[in-house]
Amino acid sequence: MTRDEIITAIKDIIHAINPDEDLAGLKPGEPLRDQIELDSMDFLDIVMELRKRYGVQVPEQEYRELASLDSCADYLLPKLHDKELKVGA
Amino acid sequence: MSVERYDAIVIGAGLSGLAAGIRLAQFDRRVVVLERHALWGGLNSYYKLGGRRFDTGLHALTNYVPAGTPGAPLTKVLRQLRLRHADLELGEQHHSEIRFPGLRLRFTNDFALLEQQVAERFPSQRDGFARLVRDLRAMDGYAPSEGRQRAARGVLRDYLDDRLLVDALLLPICFYGSAREDDVDWYQFVVLFRSLFLEGFARPQGGVKPLLDLLVRRYRSLGGELRLRTGVERVRVEGGRARGVVLADGTELASERVFSSAGWVETMRLCGPDESAARVAAGDFGVLSFVETILVLDRRPADFGYDAAITFYNDAERFTWRRPDALIDPTSGVVCSPDNFDAARPPREGTMRLTVLADCARWRQLGEREYAVAKREQAERALDVAARHVADPRPHEVFRDTFTPLTVQRFTGHVNGAVYGSPHKRLDGQTGIENLFLTGTDQGLLGIVGALMSGVLMANRHALVAC
Repeated sequence: MTRDEIITAIKDIIHAINPDEDLAGLKPGEPLRDQIELDSMDFLDIVMELRKRYGVQVPEQEYRELASLDSCADYLLPKLHDKELKVGA
Repeated sequence: MSVERYDAIVIGAGLSGLAAGIRLAQFDRRVVVLERHALWGGLNSYYKLGGRRFDTGLHALTNYVPAGTPGAPLTKVLRQLRLRHADLELGEQHHSEIRFPGLRLRFTNDFALLEQQVAERFPSQRDGFARLVRDLRAMDGYAPSEGRQRAARGVLRDYLDDRLLVDALLLPICFYGSAREDDVDWYQFVVLFRSLFLEGFARPQGGVKPLLDLLVRRYRSLGGELRLRTGVERVRVEGGRARGVVLADGTELASERVFSSAGWVETMRLCGPDESAARVAAGDFGVLSFVETILVLDRRPADFGYDAAITFYNDAERFTWRRPDALIDPTSGVVCSPDNFDAARPPREGTMRLTVLADCARWRQLGEREYAVAKREQAERALDVAARHVADPRPHEVFRDTFTPLTVQRFTGHVNGAVYGSPHKRLDGQTGIENLFLTGTDQGLLGIVGALMSGVLMANRHALVAC
């Protein structure tokens, strides 16, 4: 996956968690929590979905790396570069 | 015999057990939910009688908020279970009321009405009540920590000095969730005040069955296994760790994680007499149970003057919340009509339900014949008092069923038919036995949304985050 694909993957996961949220205008550099309603339970779900879809482990102390779409891409790129994007899973 | 292995075993297919099951199955855990009865739902189940379907526990869904309300428990739990608000087909209450001699406080899902009524009826309490509400709004009832066990009456004294107002607030809160006599735990008050007053009441169309069907469908579609008519004989504990369960037919299921919604005392009993003797204290037994009468009517309650969704009444100056020294205590009660909620498809027939406190031990002592007579007589006694506060439904009655603490015990498995379980909740779900966790009533979150949240939180904390 490329950086852009990782961002697509994260958006797809957020859409699965909360289908009512409009993700079109998300700014990649800004914290997700400032832009959409996401609490710690939702972050757990993002982590669980990453594991389920891509087999990637995010330890609890590293959840903060998922704060924005950009930081997700930075953090996940080394873990996901050899994985295929799956959307609508 | 080969032992089947699971990633997690859930005891009980009530709302909390199903919610825990959904979370675990969602993330590919091999999970089985074990239910002793032929039907799921636990306390919030339903039964058929005389060609009709009746809900066992449901009066209303508390914690009602409109779809997408940020930060609300209902919003959170729906998201965690990947359900849509619209799937629940919730109809909002018209209004509800609290009645004491000389006092009537009406409330709706718009909290401003209650604030206004309190200000009018208790002008001296206006500021204290506003302060209380402000503090309650700031607290997160769903991230509870064990903390100091404080009773609500003591805390409320810092805000309010009118006993009638304190009693009037405690009446609905006790009836909808206090397992403790004479009072309610402060954190429980925080959770319930929010769920009853700051949020509100709604009713799923068609009662609890469609909601349960939705959960079961979701659980199964994720690959979760549900075994009905499958009682757990014991939880296998070795070296202080749960290793799995043994079923009534002797089958063994192994798992490193067992979630029990059976209740604290009941779960310890499943672990065997030694664990039970070592861990259960006398004060852990819940003693508060209900007698509930359901009346089916030949017309809508509004047609003879009952238009409230729920009425909480107290027929004395002071409200007392304890196990009665009699079969029932008719002094206080809750009347509910499913007809007085918004509904796209109104219920087929008019219905009213009446709930009063009861003592399980006294009902247990009755012989078969006495029991039938007592059911009839005690229901009449309760209805006589209720009729001083709400329009009497009896002239329009076409069918009646009454259930007692023994019925509650049969449906929930709770010792003493204790509807809200043990007075000592275990908010972190820990039992002192490794790999064995509580969910549901005795973990401490109540009501439909609370029970679902309990299952979600415990599965997250003890199975998903942990590994």
